[in-house]
Order: sequence, then C-alpha cells, then structure tokens
Amino acid sequence: MRIVLNGEAREVTEGTTVGALLRDTVRDRSRIAVERNREIVPRAAYDEVVVAEGDEVEVVTLVGGG
Amino acid sequence: MEPLRVRDLVLQSRLIVGSGKYPDPDTMVRAWEASGTRCITVALRRVDLHHERDDKNLLDLIDRGRYTILPNTAGCYTVEDALRTARLARELGLGEAVKLEVIADEETLLPHVAATLEATRTLAAEDFSVFAYTNDDPVAARALEEAGAAAVMPLGAPIGSGLGILNPTNIRLIVARAKVPIIVDAGVGTASDVSVAMELGCDAVLLNTGIARAKDPVRMARAMRLACEAGRLAWLSGRIPRREHASPTSPVEGRFTS
Repeated sequence: MRIVLNGEAREVTEGTTVGALLRDTVRDRSRIAVERNREIVPRAAYDEVVVAEGDEVEVVTLVGGG
Repeated sequence: MEPLRVRDLVLQSRLIVGSGKYPDPDTMVRAWEASGTRCITVALRRVDLHHERDDKNLLDLIDRGRYTILPNTAGCYTVEDALRTARLARELGLGEAVKLEVIADEETLLPHVAATLEATRTLAAEDFSVFAYTNDDPVAARALEEAGAAAVMPLGAPIGSGLGILNPTNIRLIVARAKVPIIVDAGVGTASDVSVAMELGCDAVLLNTGIARAKDPVRMARAMRLACEAGRLAWLSGRIPRREHASPTSPVEGRFTS
C-alpha cells in the first residue's frame, strides 16, 4: 500500500498506524505534530489511526526561524 | 519598565528575537541572553525522517522557564498553509499565540496583505492570538486589527534587508491609530533601527537577521537591548518638537559681549 510521508512515497503494509510510522524515526513524540490529509492527528490517537492508500502524512517539528 | 502585554501574554522585554541563521547553537543561546528577550520565534518544518537525529532539537536549546516560544508561519504563501501551520504549532503545545506570515513572493518576501487578513479572521475565530505580520500601510494595519489580530506587526523594511525603518511617517500613523500593540518586525539592521522604532511609539521590535548575521551576534544582541531601552525611555520622556530654526540654550539677557 502506497502513502506519501513528508513528501516521499512509501510502501507500508495494511493496518499500519501513524504511531508505527513514527516508531523507527521519531524518538520523542512530544516534539512533533502530525497531519494526515491536511488534518491534525492528535497525539493520543497515533496508535489508533490507520493510514489508507494514498494518504499524505506530514510530520513536523520546530526549527530555527524569524 | 512596564512589560509588554499582548492579550494574556506578558513579556518583560520589548525585544522579540528569532532563532534562525545563527552561526551555531551556542552563539544563538548566548545572543538571546544578551538581548534580554523573553520571547523567541520559531518555524515549523518537516522532520528529517531519514536520520535518527542526534543533534539537539531546537526545543532542547530553549529554556521554557525563561522564554515564551512564538511559532511563525514563515514560508507560507497561501492562507491554507498558514492555517495548517498555526494549527500544527498549537498541537505542539505552544499556546495560542502565533506570528502569522502569508508571503506574496519569494523574491521580495513582502506580506500578502489580503491573504493575511483572511487568515487572521479565521485564526482569530479559532481563538488564536494572532500577531499579524504586514506592511507599513496604516489602512492594512487597521483592517488587521478589526479582523481580530492581537498585535499588528508592520515591517520596517523587507526581511533580512537591514534597511531599518523605511517609512517612519507611516509607522507613527499606525501607532497613533492602533488599539492593539504595534510591533515592528523585519528589516532591522542595527541598534539605532530599534531605537527609532521605539521612539515612534512602537510597543516592541522583532528581529532575527540583524543579530544572527552580525559579525558579533552576542555583542549586537546587547546593543539591541540597550537601544530598545533607550528608544522606549525617549518615547516616554516626551521629546522636544522639531523646529525649522535655532533656539538658543544660553540666556540672551545679561550679555557683556558686543
């Protein structure tokens, strides 16, 4: 199943949750926020929300800026 | 000195400082300290998912007990992107305040006022405390205030240009007509620019490049701090008017000279 994660295409298995997407690459969930198809996924729901074919997921954090 | 108040936010310094473009994290943290700021702007960007990051996240560097974090919507060219960014920032637990920027084009980085107005309306209705970045047009400033902005932030000059306050007449007009705090944001190049803004009656100044890209950012940050205090004191002191002609400071009577 194909999704787009931070602008890149990814193959994921059916039933993959947002939490699973984060598991390998995000150490501290409190420092990130997630959007799925332009809607915010609340932190409490990461391990429940299952991604679907064609989903666009954005994982963002704070960086330096003016 | 009286603190800066924007709705529920109370800040003991009238300088707001950015977190971008510093030569290194240590210089950045020391510059913040030297500036006396209590509020730091940050941006939101994608996490680099390919690298397990061992270098510090920006949040590791900001002492939340000392500094309020003000997220910005920098890099947004549409209303929708600005709304998404503001909502994501709130989701990160940064509170209701957001510096709203909707930029018109990459070359000038000038604000798109119509889009900023629309985004302000929407975000204000969602209970954000919107610090609206705009140009130096008094009509735009008033419109943003009426649209629900908590503070209006007219630029002094384009972002990163260091040109200072290009239109002091307009800034003065904006200040005179505003019921919300006016914070000059963008274009500050050196300390006197900050003083000028404060002498025009602005409530605060926001800057980034002027400190971060100075040859000695920590020293410049200290200069900015002093300039901000000087400008504010001058404003509160009621300056003398500008006159066309000279007026002597020593008495005219009692002269023994011819």
